[in-house]
Amino acid sequence: SKRTGYCENRMSFLSVREISPKVRSINPTELEPLVKRAAQIKTELTQGVRKSYKDVIDVCWGDPHRGGVKPLTFVRQVLAACMYPQLIHSDKLPVDVRRRAQRLLDVCDGESVGSYTATAGIPYIRSNLARFISRRDGGVPSSPENIFLSSGSQISLTHVLKLLIHNQASLPIGVLTPMSTYSTFKMAVEGLGGAVIPYYLEEERGWELRVEELRRVLREFKDVCNPVALYVINPGNPTGHVQSRTSIEEVIRFAAEERLFLMADEVYQDSIFGEDTEFVSYKKVLSEMGPPLSHQVELASFHSVSKGFMGECGLRGGYVELVNLDPEVKKYIYNIFLTDSSPAVTGQLALDLMVNPPRPGDPSYPVYAQVRPIKIILWKLMPQRNILEVLNNIPGISCQPITGGAFILPRLHLPQGAVRKAEELGMQPDLWYCKLLLEEAGVCVGPGCEYGQKEGTYHIRLRVLTPVDTMEEVLRRLKNFHLNFLKEFS
Amino acid sequence: MNKRHYIRNSSQDLRLFRWFSAKQCALPTPKMTENGLGHREKVLNMNTMNPNVKRVEYAVRGPIVQRAVQIEKELKEGVKKPFSEVIKANIGDAHAMGQKPITFFRQVVALCAYPDLLEDNKFPDDAKNRARRILQSCGGGSLGAYSASTGIEVIRQDVARYIEKRDGGIPSNPDNIYLSTGASDAIVTMLKLLTSGEGKTRSGVMISIPQYPLYSAALAELAAVQISYYLDEDKCWGLDVSELRRAVEAAREHCKPRALCIINPGNPTGQVQSRQCIEDVIRFAAEERLFLMADEVYQDNVYAEGCQFHSFKKVLFEMGPEYSNTVELASFHSTSKCYMGECGFRGGYMEVINMDPQVKLQLTKLVSVRLCPPIPGQVLLDLVVNPPRPDEPSYATFIKERTANLEILAEKAKLTEQIFNTVSGIRCNPVQGAMYTFPRLTLPEKAIAAAKEKGQAPDMFYCMKLLEETGICLVPGSGFGQRDGTHHFRMTILPATEKLKIVLENIRAFHKRFTEEFS
Repeated sequence: SKRTGYCENRMSFLSVREISPKVRSINPTELEPLVKRAAQIKTELTQGVRKSYKDVIDVCWGDPHRGGVKPLTFVRQVLAACMYPQLIHSDKLPVDVRRRAQRLLDVCDGESVGSYTATAGIPYIRSNLARFISRRDGGVPSSPENIFLSSGSQISLTHVLKLLIHNQASLPIGVLTPMSTYSTFKMAVEGLGGAVIPYYLEEERGWELRVEELRRVLREFKDVCNPVALYVINPGNPTGHVQSRTSIEEVIRFAAEERLFLMADEVYQDSIFGEDTEFVSYKKVLSEMGPPLSHQVELASFHSVSKGFMGECGLRGGYVELVNLDPEVKKYIYNIFLTDSSPAVTGQLALDLMVNPPRPGDPSYPVYAQVRPIKIILWKLMPQRNILEVLNNIPGISCQPITGGAFILPRLHLPQGAVRKAEELGMQPDLWYCKLLLEEAGVCVGPGCEYGQKEGTYHIRLRVLTPVDTMEEVLRRLKNFHLNFLKEFS
Repeated sequence: MNKRHYIRNSSQDLRLFRWFSAKQCALPTPKMTENGLGHREKVLNMNTMNPNVKRVEYAVRGPIVQRAVQIEKELKEGVKKPFSEVIKANIGDAHAMGQKPITFFRQVVALCAYPDLLEDNKFPDDAKNRARRILQSCGGGSLGAYSASTGIEVIRQDVARYIEKRDGGIPSNPDNIYLSTGASDAIVTMLKLLTSGEGKTRSGVMISIPQYPLYSAALAELAAVQISYYLDEDKCWGLDVSELRRAVEAAREHCKPRALCIINPGNPTGQVQSRQCIEDVIRFAAEERLFLMADEVYQDNVYAEGCQFHSFKKVLFEMGPEYSNTVELASFHSTSKCYMGECGFRGGYMEVINMDPQVKLQLTKLVSVRLCPPIPGQVLLDLVVNPPRPDEPSYATFIKERTANLEILAEKAKLTEQIFNTVSGIRCNPVQGAMYTFPRLTLPEKAIAAAKEKGQAPDMFYCMKLLEETGICLVPGSGFGQRDGTHHFRMTILPATEKLKIVLENIRAFHKRFTEEFS
């Protein structure tokens, strides 16, 4: 047909048979169709189609700005001045903004953010990241040579996986991956021909990671794949669990015993809101455990500007810090990053601004200090305990407390009738629930099946980094919908 | 597989020492144990690492560039050299060489980054309107929100309209447009999609020699087979279909040819293929049932008289339904080259034509793994395809800047060809387009022997010496591929005109010295 540019009834040069089986093996995400339908409904509403709600509320993406959180003024002022340097000479912007923009342009080739940079990122920014990491970890040394920037942490995660996963052996390379986790990591492993080895988090204990479960899973999968890496997300996505130091030590010991490469995804490290909760990095704990572990365990730690108080997902700024890697291997890591040319410059600048914010005494500091601390952001948002209370008071919904991250993962105790109906339709029950919730209540949440969950359990994922009134409305609609749902299917 | 490997021999003790040196370890230096025990083989070592990674090479940022960076450091530290600066004529980065960005583009992205500036009367209205329109299509009205993995819808529509206009009205469907992180992202994605198999069933992908080494690097990483077809240096780097045929027939013995990649205008060779050539390539792809990948990132960089850019899509459709309904094509473009040179923004797109719907589903799934391309890059791309119109206030400045950038490049292309062709031992084809010159070097036998002794390709040997003596950084032709026994280098024509003249002069002098030294 002319519309699709594809003529039916001919044999394609490139048919699905010829497509890489690794690509075919990737399990697609359930989220995009849901989000597409949400966009469609939004259009229908603007066209005057009648619904029982006046707008669609999207709390399924982990996207703070989309959810209504505002970007940091300082960050955006500096970026604008870097993009359009005439602003540096105008007095419309505070002095510290202009100075910072000039400093950053000084380290760009040709003083332009339109130039390529070194493959691993601008050296000045890598140095600043190293200093930040060291500060964060109470003085544990960090070297810029071990830090590689990328256009978002997904890319550096995939690059590290590329090093680990190959198809030379008879068994696929296995990566221990938490259930629940966001889908693109699983897709990345599958796309490289690797095998996802799922380990379950303990829902009844707030989605805790237990080493016994890691041991169980290794025993079970040892014969069908070659486990090489252990992927942990701390704070958890979508669980909102922040690991204790003890837990991290246990995981590190386990990785050392079982010879696993540790991949620590710490992109939510700034999203901590439990009363007595503190984030401590895998690197710091590893270092403090002392030799021999501290120089044996191979670790890749990931961070980005997408989450936390920056929320700048669209700028694509991320980095990986490599710890204890074989020096021979390190030479080749550079090779993998080469084909990207260089990371997006706006993402690199955002990283620098994240780790080098305004300081007390700087003109931009007062505004920054007001907004930045995540606890304060969340105070302007709905307090976690309130969200928890509302959810736990809806019959048929139970929810674990969260101490960090961006999401909450309440459990749906669905009546048998509903589960049967979903099976009849050939759909996962929680996906079907989400579709109905979207159509009937105009709320878009993520289905638990997307992230992985214990067989026979169902969940939905909501983003909590959302303004108060929006969250209140979401919970109100959810409650109404759920009560009606129970009525219909009990 | 869970056994610990204790390695006990003297070479390993040396490795142990290196492991414990503070430089290698990010962690505090521990005390070395008495008998060398307690160290063990890494989980990720040269034996367990994905072997395909070892085969990746990318000369544009390869060893010669690393040496250039080192020399820059030495200069900064005050080390005396026969030159005061390193001139990086190795990479196609216009801004790094002093080209100024297009004012309108930077105004709009700045407005998008910090929307409070919409109140500032120093910004023209057309820039503000563009910014408002773009922000409306961003989640939460912010550049910081994710977009759909294929890119912001309204921008894909704008790209489709641009393609239609460029190609004289041939329809373009936004659903066939995938925005990407620079063109490289889309190219690598396509290669990932269509390469598979093992041994004799491995996918083969045709690419020109000389080529932009992204292709060879990606194919090496994917363990696919590179099917090289030679461009004809004596015919201004033209392409003959008989060469394509030769290459594919030979390749059929040991792989399954799946795709044909062509870069037009060419990198590093700068040739702009004639319309006839493009038709011939399309016909060939149709006969051999090859997926066509047309890398057209230099489409505005056409300088030579009598040369014109013809998009593969346009020619395909003008060849009639027998071809336009069957040939499968992906065309690539980006914000990195042409007159805007915005490499750092990582903006780009590909348009897929006649792709099997099932394959398209796989493609859409594959791009979702990397989430989305950077929003500022998508915005910049939107401005490239939707620049100021003649009736808009910013048009005059825009057209002046665009024209100036392209005219200066055209002058430098001519200048480069002229000067190089006055040097005995350097022969330079006309730089018809793109941003590079790829002259052929005649190297004395002694030099070739000296290079061999060092274990270097002769043109690498030449370029290294050039770098050490003059500070000029070029990329040896061996990094792009060339006929056996020939030697080239790739130089960009991007340095500012006055500097370029000095560079050309210095290379001329160096070549003379070099030839005398090794005669």
